[in-house]
Amino acid sequence: MNLTLKIWRQKNASDKGKMVDYSVSDISPDMSFLEMLDVLNEQLIEQGEQPVAFDHDCREGICGMCSLYINGEAHGPDRGVTTCQLHMRMFKDGDTITIEPFRATAFPVIKDLVVDRSAFDRVQHAGGFISVNTSGNTIDANAIPVNKHDADDAFAAATCIGCGACVASCKNSSAMLFVGAKVSQFALLPQGQVEATDRVLNMVKQMDEEGFGNCTNTGACEVECPKGISLENIARMNREYLKAAFKG
Amino acid sequence: MALDSKIPQGPIADKWTNYKNHINLVNPANKRLIDVIVVGTGLAGGSAAATLAELGYNVKAFCFQDSPRRAHSIAAQGGINAAKNYQGDGDSTYRLFYDTVKGGDYRSREANVYRLAEVSANIIDQCVAQGVPFAREYGGLLDNRSFGGVLVSRTFYAAGQTGQQLLLGAYSAMNRQIGRGKIKMYNRHEMLDVVIVDGKARGIITRNLITGEIERHSAHAVVLGTGGYGNVFFLSTNAMGSNVTAAWKAHKRGAYFANPCYTQIHPTCIPVSGDHQSKLTLMSESLRNDGRIWVPKHMKDVEAIRAGQLKPTQIAEEDRDYYLERRYPAFGNLVPRDVASRAAKERCDAGYGVNATGEAVYLDFASAIQRYGKEQAHIKGLDENDAALVKKLGQEVVRVKYGNLFQMYEKIVDQNPYETPMMIYPAVHYTMGGIWVDYNLMTTVPGLYAIGEANFSDHGANRLGASALMQGLADGYFVLPYTIGDYLADDIRTGPISTDTKEFEEAEKNVKDRIASLINNNGSHSVDYFHKKLGKIMWNKVGMSRNEKGLKEAIEEISTLRKEFWADVKVPGTADEYNEELAKAGRVADFLELGELFAKDALHRTESCGGHFREESVEEDGPQKGEAKRDDENFTYVAAWEYKGEPKDAVLHKEDLEFKDIELKQRSYK
Repeated sequence: MNLTLKIWRQKNASDKGKMVDYSVSDISPDMSFLEMLDVLNEQLIEQGEQPVAFDHDCREGICGMCSLYINGEAHGPDRGVTTCQLHMRMFKDGDTITIEPFRATAFPVIKDLVVDRSAFDRVQHAGGFISVNTSGNTIDANAIPVNKHDADDAFAAATCIGCGACVASCKNSSAMLFVGAKVSQFALLPQGQVEATDRVLNMVKQMDEEGFGNCTNTGACEVECPKGISLENIARMNREYLKAAFKG
Repeated sequence: MALDSKIPQGPIADKWTNYKNHINLVNPANKRLIDVIVVGTGLAGGSAAATLAELGYNVKAFCFQDSPRRAHSIAAQGGINAAKNYQGDGDSTYRLFYDTVKGGDYRSREANVYRLAEVSANIIDQCVAQGVPFAREYGGLLDNRSFGGVLVSRTFYAAGQTGQQLLLGAYSAMNRQIGRGKIKMYNRHEMLDVVIVDGKARGIITRNLITGEIERHSAHAVVLGTGGYGNVFFLSTNAMGSNVTAAWKAHKRGAYFANPCYTQIHPTCIPVSGDHQSKLTLMSESLRNDGRIWVPKHMKDVEAIRAGQLKPTQIAEEDRDYYLERRYPAFGNLVPRDVASRAAKERCDAGYGVNATGEAVYLDFASAIQRYGKEQAHIKGLDENDAALVKKLGQEVVRVKYGNLFQMYEKIVDQNPYETPMMIYPAVHYTMGGIWVDYNLMTTVPGLYAIGEANFSDHGANRLGASALMQGLADGYFVLPYTIGDYLADDIRTGPISTDTKEFEEAEKNVKDRIASLINNNGSHSVDYFHKKLGKIMWNKVGMSRNEKGLKEAIEEISTLRKEFWADVKVPGTADEYNEELAKAGRVADFLELGELFAKDALHRTESCGGHFREESVEEDGPQKGEAKRDDENFTYVAAWEYKGEPKDAVLHKEDLEFKDIELKQRSYK
């Protein structure tokens, strides 16, 4: 396949940035999207130009490092995949593909397509944990049975990879799906109950301080989430928040 | 220097307890005066950083990713072993210990492995307390599955994402300490040297990957949890950024490197599709619980499949060769990874590979779908003879167990594995070799520790499935926090370590000079060009089977390639900006040295053991004909290499392995 790429280039955080056109040829449909960008970068290095910077690591859809806003969609046109799992067979010969970074006030651009998502980390520092020290003396793992459906729902929430597609897809740049998933994981498990009140209040407070917007229930986050994290998690977080707010 | 493994005295079952009863402790007030650097935030580094901070030490943690949560432990799929015996199927600490030593082909250190088995049960308790959502049964208790090389079900799991869930658990424990200020986290930082002051590890030099700034960081001890070096093969199941640099710098500063040639080639990976490929994707070993591995019995069927004239589902049962079940009736499809990989290679080398490249075998779920479907129909009181219904119900069970893996396969290969068998082929996955450590997990450099995949100690020459997660968390949560205290007890009056010394200056200058020479080289080929060439040499001559001639050639070829790299590599951009090519160049430069030592180690070990298969060492006759042949008389030792300049000049030190509690036997899975 031969393709035209329109890519956001920005030298560093203070640079203004602009879209630049490139073309690549002989792209195999079996390549992943990032392998296609590898081809472009090899080409650019050969020509003595700066390669395009983009985040990536595991290239199997689990580390959450890759991002990219492709043709107006976080992680591109396929569903249930990250950019590294997107394959070129989703495109046609002659296509023009627009590639931008995830855009949100809370995710400033570092270079080209690389953004700073450390706001997510800081939300987790505020309460994304159960306060239990490491010891060999916690109770036996089977001492508290957990309803299988609750355990499965907690797991489904916990599969969030923290990529930020939900924020990038939301017109308000809201992080409610991400925060809701973490709050839900612990809210659904007996081990998470003890600190439930503080957790949700602290995490939501930090989320607001980071400059993420509010949720207006458009549901774009759920559609673009590569892990299929459900909107129910936002509803559950809202319930937890109300409960906590009433408790004071 | 003679190697002292510092194994405690006494019976094996009492060693760890006795050891803990007699080590030096640091009181809580003094812990506040001590700094510890932890490099890497995977299961080992993350759990160590969190636990050390909980204890009261001041921890500085480093990772090259944009968040500690992204370390490659996250990609581990199948599960984590623990000797809980929840299934009542005969498991015990001893049995987990025995299976691990046997699975490692009797090349691991007994005392370390026993301790690993001993603390394994605590890991599950700890993770559940942290809110790790393991798979459960309807009664609310934890579920288990079985893995290769063992006869019990002791593997705890969270669908096909166990590593993710465990890492997020360790990350959450870190977050709590970052929030308290007890861990200072440095994301997007890469360690480029260890600093030794008066013979002790006292700090590291890092590069800030965003600004390019070279920084000095000091501490009373340095812990490396920096993972394995499988990317020396270019193509592996490792993440793109996984590298040997931290471990290799430690090696150059005096840490011996042990058994570099012990590499795990995992049998169930998605086959290579073309030259553009940047990495390989693993399909969890747990799939072998339900998938049956086969190739066609007849060459005419192989040819028809390759020509696209025949589908695998059209080949009759009697025309299929379920070669693992045929060769290893006792363990069948659940033989250990090294055995399964070699058997796949044997069939493909004989010409029976089922894809265009001839390097693929089938992993087939049709029987499991039938079996589960009938079971479900029976439970639900439906017609067990309704083929379509049974298939649908069976597929549903398989979807619940392995759904994410099936989806991943379909996205990459563009075939539906519920309807047609998967194609798989072995790929580089894990490195059992690593930095030599004693029982305390300390390297040959005082104050420098190596934990998790970065060290060598627990898996011998072959790692059993679901044991990597166990080892990473055991080291970080339950072993290092004790052993490091014993060392740090001498440092309570030392005070902060200054970075304004000649040792830090010298290390920083080395790092800067090397970066300058890469940036100013203006060669004609990219970093990947050299990395791919190195990978080809490694895979063809130091891969799944090795021989003297090939290894000697590999050593020469890698040495030549390394010279070419330094003369001709082209790194665009500058040193003081975000520059991924520069970061990659430094990593590949280190792989080019490690690769040579790797081949040298493989050349010197003329026996076959575990993942290291020497073509010259196979059983010539008897019931084990054709199987790998170990040489216990000459090779029951750990090969620990001391750096002396060129990798080929490395000096060998031997740690003899003593097996007092397990009899050395030929490893048979027949």
